[in-house]
Amino acid sequence: MRKSALNAVHQLAQQDERVVFVGSDLGAGTLEPMREEMPERFFMEGISEQHIIGMAAGLAMEGYIPYVNTIATFLTRRCLEQIAVDLCMHNLPVRLIGNGGGVVYAPLGPTHTATEDIALMRVLPEMTVIAPCDADEIKRLMPQTLEWPGPLYIRLAKGGDEIVSQAEAGSTIGEALLMREPGRVLLLSTGIMTQRALQAAELLAAKGINTGVLHCHTVKPLDIKQLLALLSGIELLVTLEEHTLAGGFGSSVIELLSDSLQPLPPVLRMGLPDRYNGGYGSQNHLLTSAGLDAVDIARQVAQRINGDAPA
Amino acid sequence: MDRRSRDLRRRVVDAIAGERRGHLGPACSLIEIVRTLYDEYLHFRPDEPNWPLRDRAILSKGHGCLALYAILADKGFFPLADLPTFCAPESYLGGHPEAEKIPGVEASTGALGHGLSIGVGMALAARLGGGDHRVVVVTGDGELNEGSVWEAAMSAAKHQLDNLTLLVDYNKLQSYGPVHEVLGLEPLLDKWRAFGFGVAEVNGHSVDDLRRLYASLPLESGRPSAIICHTVKGKGIGYAESAPEWHHKARISDDELAALYQAIEEAP
Repeated sequence: MRKSALNAVHQLAQQDERVVFVGSDLGAGTLEPMREEMPERFFMEGISEQHIIGMAAGLAMEGYIPYVNTIATFLTRRCLEQIAVDLCMHNLPVRLIGNGGGVVYAPLGPTHTATEDIALMRVLPEMTVIAPCDADEIKRLMPQTLEWPGPLYIRLAKGGDEIVSQAEAGSTIGEALLMREPGRVLLLSTGIMTQRALQAAELLAAKGINTGVLHCHTVKPLDIKQLLALLSGIELLVTLEEHTLAGGFGSSVIELLSDSLQPLPPVLRMGLPDRYNGGYGSQNHLLTSAGLDAVDIARQVAQRINGDAPA
Repeated sequence: MDRRSRDLRRRVVDAIAGERRGHLGPACSLIEIVRTLYDEYLHFRPDEPNWPLRDRAILSKGHGCLALYAILADKGFFPLADLPTFCAPESYLGGHPEAEKIPGVEASTGALGHGLSIGVGMALAARLGGGDHRVVVVTGDGELNEGSVWEAAMSAAKHQLDNLTLLVDYNKLQSYGPVHEVLGLEPLLDKWRAFGFGVAEVNGHSVDDLRRLYASLPLESGRPSAIICHTVKGKGIGYAESAPEWHHKARISDDELAALYQAIEEAP
């Protein structure tokens, strides 16, 4: 997914002279073809994340469209003020590409996992937040980032994630993608939780619980219109995210549904607990520990639907 | 102190007179720095504030904005009559400058340690676009406590941005107390030199010395320039000079206001 996103930056730079790339201290050889072809628009500035946000702001004020790339948590946690003041207050077209959203960096521990990034970014005025589900989808979304107004946070997953998006369905920033028609249950997912949502929906269907999946690659602005249109007959709405439950995707769904003043079904929010991840292992390992593998998602949903969930 | 420096300081007090508040000390240390910039060095068009060929100036120490407002109004970017609306509810002249609201303000500042990075981006953009305009960033001394300043310094040197100049308003006093006690900066000139800048220091209240230095920019070819401007906080207002309580002042009385105007007229 990261390779697809960065290759797309190179392609966009070939099409449009305003595009520049700004990295921190990325892996050796990152975007080497772009560096060779257009060294003047390729900046690798070292482990100075606060600085590269401000530098990107200065470039954007002068008409350039900077794509900034580093590890998701260092972009969002460390640079919150630079992003708020330099990018959002000036409403500049800087694109932040965060590697390893969620618990991709599980083996490296909680300093490196981005489990609050969606919450931090979505509360900033002017900011758009997207979390694609797979490498094909990011390829479809990246061209749209060129002319997107204002700052944009792109949360990337690990890479090699199962491809579940379909070219014919398209992916448009700001529009949620209905990947499975809802029955009694509707799962709302973002990022790679969509893969798990689809698997869980299969398991639930096998138990006679028809379950839909709405993939929200755009967390902000959330496609509340489509969501509201799908609510009739829904007995349980479930939000799924690779993020702590505090302030993330599920929180934004509840906020917007509540603001809509429509009668709402019960909402079950599933995500990471409100603590820094203990233990290492893998992304899968941590997601499973948090009850976010497909089998566990299906089990919890079935319990709720059958009315025998623990209080 | 000549008439022009007195008049610009009077305008700072005019601005304060409206809502009876503001960062007086940090503005008065800046007057000659911004005066010489806008009188002698920068190219700009007040009636076309976004003229592409203009030089870019960023006041990274946003709390010193009263000095910036005084000179921008003086140059005709906005009416002098608007100065007393400073910090009023519907005013566009806030306690820290906002780029979207004020003609002539390039970047919204006030959160410290941001300006030099933005300046690096602008200087890179000038080079990319083939422009020969210049970029100037003015920071405070206390502001140099921020680590992001030094990240930006490394980047400016790496890119050999000799179209970028940093002016440090070194008035030796930050909010809590003397800079050398709160978080000392010395040897400050050596630090900038070590970070790859061409360096100079100057009496930041000497119009002649500032003018001469600006004329020699860049100080070294292929290097960004750093000029340490030795200044006095509250300069020109005797009893407020180097007085921490005049860093930021609210609820200024009629008597205090009259005393401020009088002190400016009597400044040596």
